[in-house]
Amino acid sequence: MTELIRLTAAELSSRLQDKSVSAVEATQAHLDQITAVDTDLHAFLYVAADAALATAARIDARRAAGEELGPLAGVPIAIKDVLTTLDMPTTAGSKILEGWVPPYDATVVRRLRAADLIPLGKTNMDEFAMGSSTEHSAYGVTRNPWDRDRIPGGSGGGSAAAVASFQAPLALGSDTGGSIRQPAAVTGSVGVKPTYGAVSRYGAIALASSLDQVGPVSRTVFDAALLHDVIGGHDPLDSTSLTDAWPSMAAAATAGLKDGALKGVRVGVIKELSGSGFQAGVTQRFTETLALLTAAGAEITEVSAPNFEYAVAAYYLILPAEASSNLARFDSVRFGIRVDPAEGSLTSEHVMAATREAGFGPEVKRRIILGTYALSTGYYDAYYGSAQKVRTLIQRDFAAAFDQVDILVSPSAPTTAFKFGEKLEDPMAMYLNDITTIPANLAGVPGMSIPIGLAPEDGLPVGLQIMAPARADARLYTYGAAIEQLLEATWGHTMLDQAPALALATTAKGAI
Amino acid sequence: MAKPELMDYDKALELFEPVLGFEVHVELNTKTKMFCGCANEFGSGANTNTCPTCLGLPGGLPQVNHKAIESSIRLGLALGCEIAEHSRFARKNYFYPDTAKNFQTSQYDDPICHDGSLTIELESGRLVTVEIERAHMEDDAGKLTHMGGSTGRIQGADYSLVDYNRGGVPLVEIVTQMIEGAEHDAPEIGRTYVAGIREIAKALGVSNARMEEGNVRCDANVSLRPRGSKVLGTRTETKNVNSLRSVERAVRYEIQRQAAVLHAGGTITQETRHWHEDTGITSAGRPKSDADDYRYFPEPDLVPMAPSREWVEELRLTLPEPPAARRKRLQADWGFANLEFQDVVNSDLMDAVEATVAAGASAQSARKWWTGEIARLANAAGVAADSLVQPAQLAALIALVEAGTLTDRLARQVLEGVIAGEGTPAEVVASRGLAVVSDDGALIAAIDEALSKQPDVLAKIRDGKLQAAGAVIGAVMKAMRGQADAARVRELVLERAGTAESGSVE
Amino acid sequence: MSAITAEQVAHLANLARIDLSPEEITNLTLDLGQIVDSVAKVQEVATSDVPATSHPMPLTNVFREDVVVPSLSVEQALSGAPARAGDKFRVPAILDEE
Ligand SMILES: [Zn+2]
Repeated sequence: MTELIRLTAAELSSRLQDKSVSAVEATQAHLDQITAVDTDLHAFLYVAADAALATAARIDARRAAGEELGPLAGVPIAIKDVLTTLDMPTTAGSKILEGWVPPYDATVVRRLRAADLIPLGKTNMDEFAMGSSTEHSAYGVTRNPWDRDRIPGGSGGGSAAAVASFQAPLALGSDTGGSIRQPAAVTGSVGVKPTYGAVSRYGAIALASSLDQVGPVSRTVFDAALLHDVIGGHDPLDSTSLTDAWPSMAAAATAGLKDGALKGVRVGVIKELSGSGFQAGVTQRFTETLALLTAAGAEITEVSAPNFEYAVAAYYLILPAEASSNLARFDSVRFGIRVDPAEGSLTSEHVMAATREAGFGPEVKRRIILGTYALSTGYYDAYYGSAQKVRTLIQRDFAAAFDQVDILVSPSAPTTAFKFGEKLEDPMAMYLNDITTIPANLAGVPGMSIPIGLAPEDGLPVGLQIMAPARADARLYTYGAAIEQLLEATWGHTMLDQAPALALATTAKGAI
Repeated sequence: MAKPELMDYDKALELFEPVLGFEVHVELNTKTKMFCGCANEFGSGANTNTCPTCLGLPGGLPQVNHKAIESSIRLGLALGCEIAEHSRFARKNYFYPDTAKNFQTSQYDDPICHDGSLTIELESGRLVTVEIERAHMEDDAGKLTHMGGSTGRIQGADYSLVDYNRGGVPLVEIVTQMIEGAEHDAPEIGRTYVAGIREIAKALGVSNARMEEGNVRCDANVSLRPRGSKVLGTRTETKNVNSLRSVERAVRYEIQRQAAVLHAGGTITQETRHWHEDTGITSAGRPKSDADDYRYFPEPDLVPMAPSREWVEELRLTLPEPPAARRKRLQADWGFANLEFQDVVNSDLMDAVEATVAAGASAQSARKWWTGEIARLANAAGVAADSLVQPAQLAALIALVEAGTLTDRLARQVLEGVIAGEGTPAEVVASRGLAVVSDDGALIAAIDEALSKQPDVLAKIRDGKLQAAGAVIGAVMKAMRGQADAARVRELVLERAGTAESGSVE
Repeated sequence: MSAITAEQVAHLANLARIDLSPEEITNLTLDLGQIVDSVAKVQEVATSDVPATSHPMPLTNVFREDVVVPSLSVEQALSGAPARAGDKFRVPAILDEE
């Protein structure tokens, strides 16, 4: 069944539709791969094997009965554990939510089910999506399928690793400052952060409300587009959800496959997101990709976004401030664990404080304290208030850039996957790793990461970030698909064809 | 709790000038909560009206109730407020088990209404204009029940229970400017101001405005400054004073307490205080401190509001007559004496009387029935008088009395039947067979019978002792088992005596 | 170095209701000092003529009609409760500081 798991979602879909493969077979193949590789990789926090097979059987029966099903019906999917699910525990990677089974589905999960995708389980993540390495999960790290000593990115390391290791053709992620795009980059997969408001946040456990956005994780641009079409669109339960009539992202991706799709496209290279601080192999692959684009008829220009320099600083004020408030509800009253204090009286106040002390990990505490500080009387204007102004400046930088170009590009991350523990003791170093992805969240514009090769020095994947103006998500899919096709034609294979065989890793288990 | 020293009220006013401020919370009577579609209803089973949003579950998000905005704007307009062109919600962060999200979704620097005023009339006829700083929207907290311990209060409780049905119910908080120059009237200003807000909310129909159900709640700020001083004194905030009488008592109490403390050379602590309805005192709550750092910031899950001027003007057209003006008009229309009118107002029966008059009854009859028999029955049943009977039914009943079909006594029986759900007054009269005997022949026979037993009565009447007729009337009524019109019997007796008088009404 | 003190961190932890250990307070005081120094650079460009942006997309007047939608069942509402009594959530005694 190995070949089944290597199919793209679109390929699998057509086999399901022509009934050469059943949903049960497809689901079983992915569950088998999870059994084979995930003890070691730990992409999943929870696998719903029985429920997935039961759902698959129902879909097969309906298809057999001649029912018209959606394009992704019967295709398995992994769901980031930040999204609430009725039938699966939802922990957001935190001890404080251990074992919590929500009484409701997130809107995007509801839409997956309505489109007859098959939820396989919940994927690992940095606790409450705070991190860039998945090392901050309360349930242990996820390993990068390319190198098991390295991080799979974060916070959505689980979703990216699951897709990159063929445990699922599709996954859902959430992106607050790069949590979809950076893991995609370091695992050689595709990840999209849609325009803020394009996908509902209802049921996505909030990290920073004004930055969070749910999006697709996949192995191809077209697959991401198919998933985007399922989860996107207005949701009245999310007051920041856009009411736009969105075009089909799948159609947009298909348009990118046409000859000459890149001809005359104005591509802006952001001066501030290159150069020093970027790993040599990352810069090399990025430059090569620009050359390919030029050869394909695109016009490359350098654009400056002078305020991007302040983006990380603004982000690490806005995010902690909003998070400190969003995470206040974890108080041991209505859900989650309750921990009694070791000493002192057993009052509500002490039990809440003891629960939060025991239930939150160090990074979460660090950011809550930082956010509490940023919002405090006497500091608000200097910190939170100033950060909101930087946000305006960054939006202006984007507006100026998009006056000149159709899309902006940069490396998705300054480096390839780093080793476990490398940045754990230095929070600022970890934060600076997000410099490439953060501006899009601050401005609300959509961004995508696609693989563009391996860095020569370490043989690890490098990602290209493409950004478009707000609401122009379709542009990402068109040009993303075009660039992907161009690269694969150059290589003669897909990116993940080069990934090391993971079955070996399983046999070598315990070697680390 | 030791009872603190109080200074005599008049002496306190001689030495100090009271400065007041009020924060009144009005709970809106929208069908759903402020930020979710759960029902906004009082008295449902615990935690039956909850969802991921109002329970503060991870992933829950708020959606603003349009009707709540409309009600807030109408309330603001009725208080003469400006309606903000740009307004937004803000999070007020603090931990408390009845606050599901551990922040209240409120408004901070851009409230929906600001800069209004309410002019109130005191019993002395003094008019006081209370300036309103702002009226902002926010969501209510859930309800805590404290279990165990001796008093059932929060102090000494073993544990507490939370019901989040009320969590997320829309509130408008109306904040006054500092009220100076209240002088001796300070307590009455408190009561009358809160009564005024309550009356407006009720007239607008935006709130059920029942203080006993917590629909209107008042926090009273009181400070004193020594006569001749320009410096404001330290204020206390007495929380949750939830009846009009309590507002008056709490303000008076704080003036007397603070005066005693200050006069003895002590200082007032800036703190919240609790009002104790039973003992009529306030007690120290939590002192204001750094812990009050609420870390307000714009609510990122909700977008700003920009009520269009057209909408605001449309809403302005829906405002009812201001309650104070309406009261003046109705009292004049009805021709009630002050005490009569106050009786109606204080019993919350103005609407009922108005509707009864509109249905054809005379104002005086409507007043007598509502504040008399119906109020008595309602009181005995422990319900609101206007919930017992429809004004149209009462008007029909009054018409029957005025037509002579019913005596007052029979009418009371018919009313009981109507309340018991036996039908309209006419139906009850028919089914119970309660109409007066209006056949003069039967009455005259009964009168003759009675006169034959009391032969001296007619002579007494002719001598001008009209009260002598009473004995005969009583005997006749008894003989007729009450089903006679006493007034008609009297007329006939007097006719018999040859001294018929006019306009005799008992 | 910005002047973040251990007392300040302890105060923030109290506001945030986290019972930090003395060791955590020490570490966070250091971390916070470094981070605050670094993020303070936002002040360099946040001049008074720049308006603040709180929402990435400029929406206004997003409202919901006042129509009741089904709530959770009581069992669903209480399904995650660490402690309950009947149909209510049960919490330890509350300090009197409302
Ligand atoms: Zn609700």
